Amino acid sequence: MLHLDAATILAAGRPLFAPLTLTVPPGTVTTLMGPSGSGKSSLLAWVCGTLDPALRGAGRVRLGDADITALPAERRRIGILFQDDLLFPHLSVGANLGFGLPPGPGRRARIDDALVQAELPGMAARDPATLSGGQRARVALMRALLSQPRALLLDEPFSRLDAALRGRFRQFVFGHAAAAGLPVLLVTHDPDDAAAAGGPVTLLQPA
Amino acid sequence: MGAPDQRGVKPLPIALAAGAVVLPVAAGLLGTVLPAFGLLPALGGTAFSLDPWRTLLDQPGLAASARLTLGVGFGATALSLLAVTAFCAAFHATRAFRWAQAAMAPVLATPHVAIALGFLALAAPSGLLARMLSPWATGWRQPPDIATTGDPWGLSLTVGLALKEAPYLLLMLGAALNGLPTARLMATARSLGQPAPVAWLKAVFPLAYRQLRLPVLAVLAYALSAVDVALLLGPGSPPPLAVLVVRWVFDPDLSRVFPAAAAACLLLALTACAALMWLAGERAMAALGRRWAGSGRPAGAIGVRLAGLVLPVVLALASLSLLAAALWSVAGPWRFPDALPARLDGAAWSAQAGGLLAPFGITLGAALASTVLALMLSVAALEAVARHGAAARPSWLALTYLPLLVPQAAFLFGVQVALLALGLDGGWAALVWAHLLFVLPYVLLSLRDPWAALDPRLARVAACLGATPNAILLRVKLPVLMRPLLAAAAVGIAVSAGQYLATLFAGGGRMASLATEAVTLASGGDRRVLGVFAVVQAALPLLFYAAALVLPGLVWRRRAGLRGA
Repeated sequence: MLHLDAATILAAGRPLFAPLTLTVPPGTVTTLMGPSGSGKSSLLAWVCGTLDPALRGAGRVRLGDADITALPAERRRIGILFQDDLLFPHLSVGANLGFGLPPGPGRRARIDDALVQAELPGMAARDPATLSGGQRARVALMRALLSQPRALLLDEPFSRLDAALRGRFRQFVFGHAAAAGLPVLLVTHDPDDAAAAGGPVTLLQPA
Repeated sequence: MGAPDQRGVKPLPIALAAGAVVLPVAAGLLGTVLPAFGLLPALGGTAFSLDPWRTLLDQPGLAASARLTLGVGFGATALSLLAVTAFCAAFHATRAFRWAQAAMAPVLATPHVAIALGFLALAAPSGLLARMLSPWATGWRQPPDIATTGDPWGLSLTVGLALKEAPYLLLMLGAALNGLPTARLMATARSLGQPAPVAWLKAVFPLAYRQLRLPVLAVLAYALSAVDVALLLGPGSPPPLAVLVVRWVFDPDLSRVFPAAAAACLLLALTACAALMWLAGERAMAALGRRWAGSGRPAGAIGVRLAGLVLPVVLALASLSLLAAALWSVAGPWRFPDALPARLDGAAWSAQAGGLLAPFGITLGAALASTVLALMLSVAALEAVARHGAAARPSWLALTYLPLLVPQAAFLFGVQVALLALGLDGGWAALVWAHLLFVLPYVLLSLRDPWAALDPRLARVAACLGATPNAILLRVKLPVLMRPLLAAAAVGIAVSAGQYLATLFAGGGRMASLATEAVTLASGGDRRVLGVFAVVQAALPLLFYAAALVLPGLVWRRRAGLRGA
């Protein structure tokens, strides 16, 4: 369960939107909408602990009972997907998948399994630049899921894909997130995304 | 957000980089100013005195030295800037432009001393040019008694400096143009009836010059105070002011140090005046330019196209200079008017092999050490900005460019005084630190843009996958930025390998590098030996440039996303 308590983003001390309080239950998607520049993406960056140092966040983030507001990003265990897949260009597909996977037995098998689920069986050694846009997007999701997050943030991850691909990738993301029982916070300005997500929709209100 | 105990740490990396540069420069300026007023206890100067200035002002030819210094400084800067500007106006976005950028690369990597030695081998009365034109065009059967190099007006010195500075300004202008919507500006201006070269000068250059101002002022400061090139190509009596400083500092008569300090102060004042005059000139040119742009007159294209041919000539001279030095290094018997040596042999190379080894080792050692230090300081500083933003004090980084704007002869002399006082002179630590003063700003300049251009979301994704900030740096940023890191390293090596004055002063005369050794040998005038030194000095940074070009392609040969980056 992901909670935001009176969360907002401050630019030069002024809030970008009215304080936001919401709860995302496991296995569900909450959609945040608002015009561009309203601070949606900054809110996600704050939730996962990577806010631009020029901005400041206010309020609390909780995962279940734990307040993670003060934790550094690498210890929050919150996965994020962006508009671009952002696969590391210097690593193979397999090494990208393994980036957030702690060392231990069964590591290799889990990467291979993730490749199968991404419909890329046996392609661990491939250069990510040689994959299609849809393939890369699926690898990006599997990479985030392999790091065993306790919540998933989606920063308009469907907007760069063409219409046919978009529908399929949405189902892929929402299906996997539901199967993993993750609370999902989706930021978008596409009403179709919100409709497909099926959960509550929140509009960011001006401060 | 940061814990209170972190607050003092955030500006530390940038404070370290700025301090490594500002402290020695400040100490150096102090160590120059005090002896100029008689204060240098180590040499018995314990009381304030104006005697150093009296000695300086009584020096015959001082006014001529000052005139020569200013003439060469303004001349070399204006020649370089005009050549590069006219060339870009006439040939931007053409094949000639890309050709020039390729042709300038080896010249950029080559140290000043090597280019100057090559220019000597090319343009001296008995040089390659005279031989190629004699006797059929000139009628000369003996080397002519004309001072084609070392002329009293400093013309060959001016050209020799421009051979190296024009490619540098072309590089900087190219970088500035990459950040501008050049194509759209050009399309707009041309659709308003301006021919391409005129459109470029009116619409693109004014925007690009803002980023060119600092490099141009650095060129001016360098040209006003260059000692190595002046010793090779400049007149000896009266010499440029910076040469006078060095001559007196190393005079066996130690009391000469006091007027040397006064001369260094005079050079500092002249440089400050010259910079102010240049900035005033900029304003006047800008006012004229605005009037020209506002007048709508489309004339002038032919003149610009003609002026655009100066830069190819400069690049050709620079490349020919390197070839001439290489040819001399392997020349056997070579009578005067013959265009080519009777035969080639390796005699000069085998004779010099032993003597090359020690200076080569010192050059390589100083270059590697100062470059590695500069890379670490730069990465730490840029990473601090990426992590903490304004709290890391990015504005302090501007201080690291100080050594490029202050004339070297004016503060390196004081650095030597300070090193002597601390008992640090003549050792590796002093040598590497002195090189770092010039390597750090260039390494930082070449890393800054690539670092800023890296997609910040890449680091965010890595953090959300559980990577600590240091792991992100090592596992994501450094590998992805390998190409600019290696390029910056090559720049650092080239800058260090070219340091003459820093080596001379910090090494206390005991640490001879390829640059100082070549200048020392130049008075002997054996052109074959000088050819060998020029080639070795040019080859060292060129090898690193080649490695920086080839290595990323090899390491990332299976990563299409990084191959072209």
